[in-house]
Amino acid sequence: MDAQAVETILQNHPKDPSSIIQVLLDIQNELYYLPREVLEHVSKSLNVPLSRTYSLATFYKAFSLKPKGKYPIAVCTGTACHVQGAVRILEQIERELSIKEGETTPDKKFSVETVRCLGCCGLAPVVTVGKNLHGKVPMAKVSKILKQY
Amino acid sequence: MAYRTYLMVCAGTGCVANQSMKIKDKLESEIRKRGLQDEVSVVTTGCNGFCAVGPLMVVQPDGIFYQLLKETDIPFLVEEHFVKGRLVKELLYTPPREKAPIPKMSDIPFFADQTLIVLRNRGLINPENIDEYIARGGYQALAKVLTLMTPDQVIQEIKASGLRGRGGGGFPTGIKWETCKNVPSDTHYVICNADEGDPGAFMDRSTIESDPHAVIEGMLIGAYAIGSREGYVYIRNEYPIALERLQVAIKQAREYGLLGQKIFNKDFDFEIRIVRGAGAFVCGESTALMASIEGRPGEPRAKYVHTVERGLWDKPTCLNNVETWANVPQIIEKGAGWFSSIGTGDVTSDAWGGSKGTKVFSLAGKVNNTGLIEVPMGITLRKIIFDIGGGIKDGKKFKAVQTGGPSGGFIPESLLDLPVDYEELTKVGSMMGSGGMVVADENNCMVDMAKYFLAFTQAESCGKCVPCREGTKRMLDILEKITVGKGTEEDLVLLEELSNMVVESSLCALGGSAPNPVLTTLKYFREEYEAHVKDKHCPGHSCRELIQYIIDPELCLGKGHGCHVCAKNCPDGAIVGETKQVHTIDVMKCGKCGICYDVCKFDAIHIE
Repeated sequence: MDAQAVETILQNHPKDPSSIIQVLLDIQNELYYLPREVLEHVSKSLNVPLSRTYSLATFYKAFSLKPKGKYPIAVCTGTACHVQGAVRILEQIERELSIKEGETTPDKKFSVETVRCLGCCGLAPVVTVGKNLHGKVPMAKVSKILKQY
Repeated sequence: MAYRTYLMVCAGTGCVANQSMKIKDKLESEIRKRGLQDEVSVVTTGCNGFCAVGPLMVVQPDGIFYQLLKETDIPFLVEEHFVKGRLVKELLYTPPREKAPIPKMSDIPFFADQTLIVLRNRGLINPENIDEYIARGGYQALAKVLTLMTPDQVIQEIKASGLRGRGGGGFPTGIKWETCKNVPSDTHYVICNADEGDPGAFMDRSTIESDPHAVIEGMLIGAYAIGSREGYVYIRNEYPIALERLQVAIKQAREYGLLGQKIFNKDFDFEIRIVRGAGAFVCGESTALMASIEGRPGEPRAKYVHTVERGLWDKPTCLNNVETWANVPQIIEKGAGWFSSIGTGDVTSDAWGGSKGTKVFSLAGKVNNTGLIEVPMGITLRKIIFDIGGGIKDGKKFKAVQTGGPSGGFIPESLLDLPVDYEELTKVGSMMGSGGMVVADENNCMVDMAKYFLAFTQAESCGKCVPCREGTKRMLDILEKITVGKGTEEDLVLLEELSNMVVESSLCALGGSAPNPVLTTLKYFREEYEAHVKDKHCPGHSCRELIQYIIDPELCLGKGHGCHVCAKNCPDGAIVGETKQVHTIDVMKCGKCGICYDVCKFDAIHIE
């Protein structure tokens, strides 16, 4: 199934080395991470050395080499969220899930990461869980939010 | 079909996150239920700007502003306003510390003090409908340049307007276009930089979300002036709504023959491609951005040769940011004289002699009216923060305003009457930047804020040059030491020295400006650093190692009757006490997470 999805993505972009970041972005969105075999396949298809593909996959923050949870949690740490206590929110989530930033829960349900500004600073502090955005998150409501999933 | 009334529901990122789409659906169903569907139309618009009170809607043509809407409010609202013709006072905006609501949007101080050029269409058009942009005069400027002006005339007009780059650098736009045009080459590129990476900044996102065609039209005019046939928009992957609206807009422009070949039947072809960023702040830097478009890691290069000469694929490339491009159609339509009448200084003999037009800022942090504003250059920071912004939240005291994102600096209260102007902001150690404006109050620690920004640039440093990669790391170590109470006075000297070294020797502007938050806080808030170093005390009550949470026994029992809520919520089990008794915090167990402080309704918990 992965192979088919990757093939479709490759067909949506010009078969040119400059397409590689766009292709990897689509794959990341589809699979939530970049498996090694996929990187090898993409490298061959677009004629990009594997070393370059690897350097791209590790340089850009959007890419992950490890699988993320079904609901990736992103805590916004932009300035507005920072002054409204984003760090404490992150710690509370880490405590609730017993994992650290960058990790995935053993049941593969959640993973936690921080992101730079999501651009809705009026709602700070902001947390996204999967595709849902939660704004003005109070510390004490963190566990309640996680229980919705 | 003409409607009696239009309900402009904000569908910017902030309001969508606050369920404005559900409100739109509910409005439509309630309107249908009352048989008003032929009289009242519901329209979704881009970001209205007043994000603090979203989800919101404006009733046009009367300009009535409804805010903080909930789905459950809608049936009553529709019945009262559209059937009975009465305003619903509870849903109108009331300024902080006042009692009477202000029904009309134009009378609300947040909007009244703004001047809209870039955001002139916000909240008035559906950004996904090109006809609405055209109805508001859109693409007339393009028609004008293609039919009546030569490329050189266009460049002269932009030069005379005094427009300068809105992405941060403030480089005169007309000069950039002219230099690029004059480089002989078979291909010239234009690029729109929509990689808005500054934390706390969302001007470009909102501009694209509310009026994507203004950006496209600006690029078309620039491409005609420079002689380019191909343009790129490099946009952050984190902005899904903006990305989608831009895709829709480009598709519509293509269908209308405004992109493609023989535009307006003239010998002018232009095509725009969208390239998504992949989450690297440094890609906002022009050479890094171009590397990223080419499919390489976004590492800047030294600019001995400027990108206007050799940029993307080594071809002459003209890169401007979203806001700069969006200014262009208005300048062409209304003239350079009109544009340069707004703002400061004089640009007739010196292109750097003034700041013209308006600037869009995203106002965030500890102000009442967070949101997106567009103000004339030269307005004072005080007017922005206290009139438009409505002052500081919860009646707290203003401490500093940060402009220019991680590359900018902190400006203290004594400088609040400073006019917003490229040179003036640089003089005090900050910069215009792309337009992030974050307000800090008395509870924010300036050392912590400096550390925050430095941690940001440190993490985003691409690692290519040593001063930025290693210098910022060592600076961060020192700041870390200070915030945990282990700093010494020598550290402050070293910190300043290192800052200056990084400024002078970094390869690109990311490193070159990274120490600004540290340098400005050292300059204006040195006493806070000294308090951390000498007294091991954090005046902002924010550095965790230097504070303690303490329960005031009188308030706890007197007002709260020992409500026990803090103890129930404490993740460390550090709060001792039974219901109806005084509670105390066991400092040995306390993890200083601050939950107790947040949940106590009686203000019985203090930070010392």
